[in-house]
Amino acid sequence: MSVFNQPRKSVIYLIFLGMTALIVARLFYLQVIETKYSKLADANAHLRKVIYPSRGIIYDRKGRSVMRNEALYDLMVTPRSVKNIDTAYLCEVLSITRKEFIKRIANARMKEGPVRPSVFASLLTPETYGKLQESMYRFQPGFELVLRPVRSYPYGVGANVFGYISEISPSMLADTTGRYSAYQQGDYIGMTGLERTYEPVLMGQRGIQYLVKDNLNRPQGPLENGEFDTAAIAGKNLRLAMDIELQLLGEKMMKGKVGSIVAIDPQTGGILAMVSGPTYDPNLLSGSYRAKNLGRLFTDTVSPMINRAVQAAYPPGSTFKPITGLIALDEGIVGPEFGFDCRGGYGSCGRFSRCLHSNVGHAANMRSALANSCNAYFMHLYRLCVDNRKWGGIGAGQTKFVSYLNDMGLGRRLGIDIPNEKPGDVPDTARMNDRYAGRWNSCSEMYVGMGQGLLGLTPLQMANAMCIIANRGYYYVPHFVESIDNDHSDILKTYKEKHRVANISDEAFNSIVLGLEDVVTRGTAKGVQIDSIAVCGKTGTAENGARINGEYVQLKDHSLFVGFAPKDNPKIAIAVIVENSGFSTTYAVPIAGILIEKYLKDTISAKRRPILDQMIASVTISPEMRAKSRLDSLNSVSYMAADGEALLRKIISK
Amino acid sequence: MNRPQAKLTAGIDWPIFGMYLALVFIGFMAIFAAEYRDGDNVIQNLLSQNKNWARQVLWFGVSMVLALGIWLTDSKFFTATANLLYAFGILLLLVVLAIGTGVKGSNSWLELGGFRFQPAEFTKLCTNLALAKYLSSMETDFTKMRSRLIAAAMVLFPFGLIILQDETGLALVYFCFFLVMFREGLPGILLVIAFSAIILVLSALLVDKFILLYIFTGVAALVIYFMRREIRRKRSRLAMIIGVWAFCAAFVMVIVPFAFTSGKVLKDYQVRRIEVMLGKENDPKATYNTRQSMIAIGSGGFWGKGYLKGTQTRLDFVPEQSTDFIFCTVGEDFGFFGSILFLGLYVALLFRIIFIAERQRSTFSRVYAYGVASIIFFHLAINISMTIGLAPVIGIPLPLVSYGGSSLMTFTMLIFIMLRLDADRQMVLR
Repeated sequence: MSVFNQPRKSVIYLIFLGMTALIVARLFYLQVIETKYSKLADANAHLRKVIYPSRGIIYDRKGRSVMRNEALYDLMVTPRSVKNIDTAYLCEVLSITRKEFIKRIANARMKEGPVRPSVFASLLTPETYGKLQESMYRFQPGFELVLRPVRSYPYGVGANVFGYISEISPSMLADTTGRYSAYQQGDYIGMTGLERTYEPVLMGQRGIQYLVKDNLNRPQGPLENGEFDTAAIAGKNLRLAMDIELQLLGEKMMKGKVGSIVAIDPQTGGILAMVSGPTYDPNLLSGSYRAKNLGRLFTDTVSPMINRAVQAAYPPGSTFKPITGLIALDEGIVGPEFGFDCRGGYGSCGRFSRCLHSNVGHAANMRSALANSCNAYFMHLYRLCVDNRKWGGIGAGQTKFVSYLNDMGLGRRLGIDIPNEKPGDVPDTARMNDRYAGRWNSCSEMYVGMGQGLLGLTPLQMANAMCIIANRGYYYVPHFVESIDNDHSDILKTYKEKHRVANISDEAFNSIVLGLEDVVTRGTAKGVQIDSIAVCGKTGTAENGARINGEYVQLKDHSLFVGFAPKDNPKIAIAVIVENSGFSTTYAVPIAGILIEKYLKDTISAKRRPILDQMIASVTISPEMRAKSRLDSLNSVSYMAADGEALLRKIISK
Repeated sequence: MNRPQAKLTAGIDWPIFGMYLALVFIGFMAIFAAEYRDGDNVIQNLLSQNKNWARQVLWFGVSMVLALGIWLTDSKFFTATANLLYAFGILLLLVVLAIGTGVKGSNSWLELGGFRFQPAEFTKLCTNLALAKYLSSMETDFTKMRSRLIAAAMVLFPFGLIILQDETGLALVYFCFFLVMFREGLPGILLVIAFSAIILVLSALLVDKFILLYIFTGVAALVIYFMRREIRRKRSRLAMIIGVWAFCAAFVMVIVPFAFTSGKVLKDYQVRRIEVMLGKENDPKATYNTRQSMIAIGSGGFWGKGYLKGTQTRLDFVPEQSTDFIFCTVGEDFGFFGSILFLGLYVALLFRIIFIAERQRSTFSRVYAYGVASIIFFHLAINISMTIGLAPVIGIPLPLVSYGGSSLMTFTMLIFIMLRLDADRQMVLR
């Protein structure tokens, strides 16, 4: 019976072959026909790692880096690798409890899993880093220090100018216009200030590195020796017109005050300093507690996140009088010799509006009207301007007046290189119609001539108006950035264009300039006098009020000063506003004096030292508001602004 | 012992020996590829035995010693000790059940002084010998039902014991002996029934049970209609048709749902694996192994990525890649082309074994050789089907290629006993 079943051998051969054929067919499908598997394999094994370029650095006009990238360290933990370490010592160095230690390990395990590193302590202080660095061997394996570049501001100033960077928001990523198409989740982007305006040049270009990873997503090395990698290109550096010493002094003096300082180089339009008080230490928004601090700053009662220099509009008060004069001269209605017989007020409009002076001849011409700040004179000039027959009617006259203002950058955005600039308010016909129900004449808002009424100017606009007078008729759009390293684009082109807004004779212009000089030499702004330098200026004390619980309440006057120096070949134009602080001579004038002297002579004279100390120490914010604000305690925690304190001491002692 | 002493290798079948060495070598290379990382110190790994490939070298050495021992043993020893070995194998299986050590969910390992060993592998050899012994004995008439039942029992007994150890995969391999029995005269209808049964199970899982019920009823009605004359002559035919219909219906309606949902027949993970294989389950956790394995093999393309270039196998994406999923390395590194050559080598080995089986004079040797071919075939078919998503994940090794001492030694012994028997094919063994 051994061989009675021969054909069955063939059946078994067939079974073997049949099964093999089935397998081969399946393999043919998997390996030759279906192409998704190689893609899936690449997705499995390739890790696309974005290499972040270092953001551009910002230098001030003397080449000092005022915003740079600090190399801070994160302590990372890989939970599974933590074995036999000196837990007690680690807790001591980080000053955390054992319970906290266990909690953080558990968190790390939850977030990234046991085999991938996650943050255990972020952005260590230099002291902690130093201690850990020395004793790292005691915590290995499992713990490692990883470099994290963050923005740092060595002088701790310029927060409102520089702005801050933050992780890109989901709504930005969802933007369909393609504006943020180059970004991914987790990327940082400039949110405000220069960081935002110059984002395209500061961000640089990301590099991409392809890595091979294993089944637990652990990188195992470069793919194909980095053949497909692209290198990261660092962001470009910005060079500012800002003088960091001026900025620092300004911020220190505005510390306990609400208000603003803007200083511009009239010959270039470059901004030398822009202070908004009260402000915050920019380091607060770049370190470990960024998100927490951001929330605190946003909700603080003194609103430190508002850049009052470009976002707050103030009634300019008497500082507006040179503008009224300039318009009247340019329209050709009056000459510099025009005089007005002011007897202590202006009564041509059926109501008597008081002037501070009543002596005969205090407004005998433009120069003395300015020097004595005659209200009647400039109200009259305003009325002459808008009632000028040349334009034909009050509506057209008002429109012409407003167009003069607009040309000078008032009542419209100047186009400075930080975002969220406010246009301010000017009394155009629409505004007038609205305010006076369509029935108004030159008397309705005659106060505009002396800087009150429907006028609201930002400190930047006031400073820029001073530039126009200092330059005898032209200005450059105020800007921070003078140049960008290795940049050949025309991003800064608009800031190099000269804008001429008045065409009047030097003689006529001189009447205004001399009037402003008189204010300093013998008028209300004696406090800005500087030895051997002719300073021109105009003080202002702006009435203002607010609606509190539906009732109009007259508040303490704003203290204002605008000016420029030297009189010929001007180097600095400045506007200082201290809110609700009373007469300008108390705060605005001395602050401006210190800054002008510092900038032009690079020193603070002995007679001004006590004034400087007084300015730094004095507080004008109301005690109630101050009690609710946490800004001072916040500002005192940052350790990264140490250079600022040192520099301040150096300035004071020089 | 009248063999000439002059030449040690006299009578050896060189093609089998060559293919054996080739497969073991490929296996070594594949295990090496799965484990080797750039910069590994190969010599140090080999000496310290801390890598699977290094241990596989050792296992190969041990296997060669075993092979030499078998080669030097008289053929009659195997016929004489077949039943004893079978009894010993059964005893080991019982011992494992009592004191077995768990490795990955099954209790099929015995530990002897730090040395682990899986009796279920070894028992295949014993069963094969015992079956050959039984089918070749003078008293056995395999045309009789009684003999067939005894032979089936000899296979199903160890099968049952291994099922109890939760080694479903290894147990399934014992069905390969029915292929041997088919060769020795088991009615062909049984193969048809077995095939039908597989179809029935698959359709019961894939198709809605009520639709199946309609189909069965329709087919039964048609059969009755076409066989109406025969049925009129023989009433028992009708009973048989209705019986088959009733069984199928019961199977689909009751048995399969019960087996798949009660948890009493199939374990949860087994149900999931089967459902994954059938494409009914999409749980990424349950499909992970198969999915990664298919990605590895599929990404190999036609020519493969080249030796040691496979990203999937080398970066630990494929689980169990030096044991059950060793084929992934071949598929990924050498592609479709290499896989075909690799399968070709196996088919050549199988065909050569059957060629050898058919040239035996003694039934013992023939049955034994068929047994070897069947065992290898089942391992091969199930293992590779599993890696390419044709079969559920059943943990059985690829013969001679997968890492593992028990497996390599068992297959070595299986093949070398066959070579020994073949060398003595002029003798009549019973």
